[in-house]
Amino acid sequence: MTTNVSGLDVARIREDFPVLHQMVNGKPLVYLDNAATTQKPQVVIDALVNYYTLDNSNVHRGVHTLSQRATEDFDMGRSKARQFLNAASDQEIIFVKGTTDGINLVAQSYARPNLGEGDDIIISTMEHHSNIIPWQVLCQEKGAHLLVIPINDAGELLIDEYEKMLTPRTKLVAITHVSNVLGTVNPIDQIVEIAHNRGVPVMVDGAQAVPHMAVDVQKLDCDFYVFSGHKIYGPTGIGVLYGKAELLEAMPPYQLGSEMIKSVTFEHTIYNDLPFKFEPGTPHIAGVIGMGAAIDYLNAIGLDRIDAYEHDLLEYGMECLSGIGGVQLIGTAPRKSSVISFVMDCAHPHDIGTILDTEGVAVRTGHHCAQPLMQRFGVPATARASLSFYNTKDEIDLLVKAIDRVIEVFS
Amino acid sequence: MPNLPDVPLQGLYGDLILDHYRNPRHRTPVSHADVEAEEFNPFCGDRVILQFRLDGQGRIVEAGAQSEGCSIIQASASMLADIALGKSVAELERLSQLFRTMMRGEPSTGEAEDELGDLHSLQVVRQFPVRIKCALLPWTALEIGIEGFRSKNS
Ligand SMILES: Cc1ncc(COP(=O)(O)O)c(C=O)c1O
Repeated sequence: MTTNVSGLDVARIREDFPVLHQMVNGKPLVYLDNAATTQKPQVVIDALVNYYTLDNSNVHRGVHTLSQRATEDFDMGRSKARQFLNAASDQEIIFVKGTTDGINLVAQSYARPNLGEGDDIIISTMEHHSNIIPWQVLCQEKGAHLLVIPINDAGELLIDEYEKMLTPRTKLVAITHVSNVLGTVNPIDQIVEIAHNRGVPVMVDGAQAVPHMAVDVQKLDCDFYVFSGHKIYGPTGIGVLYGKAELLEAMPPYQLGSEMIKSVTFEHTIYNDLPFKFEPGTPHIAGVIGMGAAIDYLNAIGLDRIDAYEHDLLEYGMECLSGIGGVQLIGTAPRKSSVISFVMDCAHPHDIGTILDTEGVAVRTGHHCAQPLMQRFGVPATARASLSFYNTKDEIDLLVKAIDRVIEVFS
Repeated sequence: MPNLPDVPLQGLYGDLILDHYRNPRHRTPVSHADVEAEEFNPFCGDRVILQFRLDGQGRIVEAGAQSEGCSIIQASASMLADIALGKSVAELERLSQLFRTMMRGEPSTGEAEDELGDLHSLQVVRQFPVRIKCALLPWTALEIGIEGFRSKNS
């Protein structure tokens, strides 16, 4: 099986993912919902089990052996995340619950103190609700404006329009790296350059980018970058906020409690240094260790090879689906990651989802937490097949067969 | 491995359901409705608007159901509007209870099945647990509408 452009041995890789080897509704599972969450390789599962089985204890708080081991693995998890993003230092890696949590941290600790009446925050039409609502509510509260970069019919940002939006009143640009619905890869380097020319910082929602491509925050020169562990084959409940040290230093803490302090009296508290200032309470130790194992796993395969393989798979999938009568693809940007959203003339996405499920094919259907984007394309919802490096062309063929079944039932 | 039981598709997309989906009844908005409500499913983005106008005897003489969403929501809303004609609000409420009883999978009598008419065909949705909420959305709208109607008239 599977010789391919990137030289990935996909049959072997699939062996690493126990969950893939099961029957659903009497058919082999075809898991195409990777943008919602990715499956976990055995090494990640083992890292969690080993931590709880052998090393479980609190971090940074004990001199005993177990605490030392846990602390060492925990700190290593931070270094792995730093290397993963190529951040300048471990201090710039803040552990959060996930993308949503990281965005809220930036909204509350960076934007809130800097935003005044009549100021602007810029987002785009293709944002996930998690990168809309924190800004919308903050703007409403402050009497500021939320400006939205429009997109074209292929699902690409209109950069000229974006440039015109930036004014001395712009306080932040918050933008997704890759759209979870359209797959569009946005030109973050260009977006950052334009913003920085006017002295405006940029926060990037990287949830859908880091699973698919190597990201270098220093090269992008973005000011904040956020992602979730569960979308890079790691555990849920853990994620990373990268921030430039000088910005993080100047920000007040987001939540208050232990770990984030240097010294406490009843009159006064001195906050701890980065990154601990933003990590109050016992952290998600197992999550950090599990995410570290996931990063190791991705590095061992190689993100460049993953990118090449998934791209080939995407092209095959787009070609197959665009050949089916009555199927309309939503999101056709030339620079696109492995997400295929579609609607059908004959059936609503939920009906598509149910019929595909009876064929063992798991896709997401609905608005994908991007209702304004649905409105832009004039659809209530889409069906979305999102591909991983463990998916194959054979599985795409099964998706096509399942779509044929939808047409059969509904015509 | 937690394998789900095999579920045959036939039935879910049976003739009656597909007929109501393709040819939904009573799509026209009702002006001067006495009972009306709009309800959403925030996870799906689905939406139903129900409207009823009553005559002097409190019987439904005009019904409107506009729904956006999957076949199950549209069929359920269409069937609801259809069966509502000629009924009183109290009768419709009782029907709503019968429908919910059926959708919960509790035993129902042959009489109840007769009373539910086309709606009885929706019981297959029970085999697709995530879709049950689709079938119930119009009924939730109905209950909200009735509540509003009562508080307006008390
Ligand atoms: C682009 C994008 N942003 C943010 C999120 C939210 O991520 P999480 O639910 O892990 O916080 C998602 C996940 O669905 C996403 O795809």
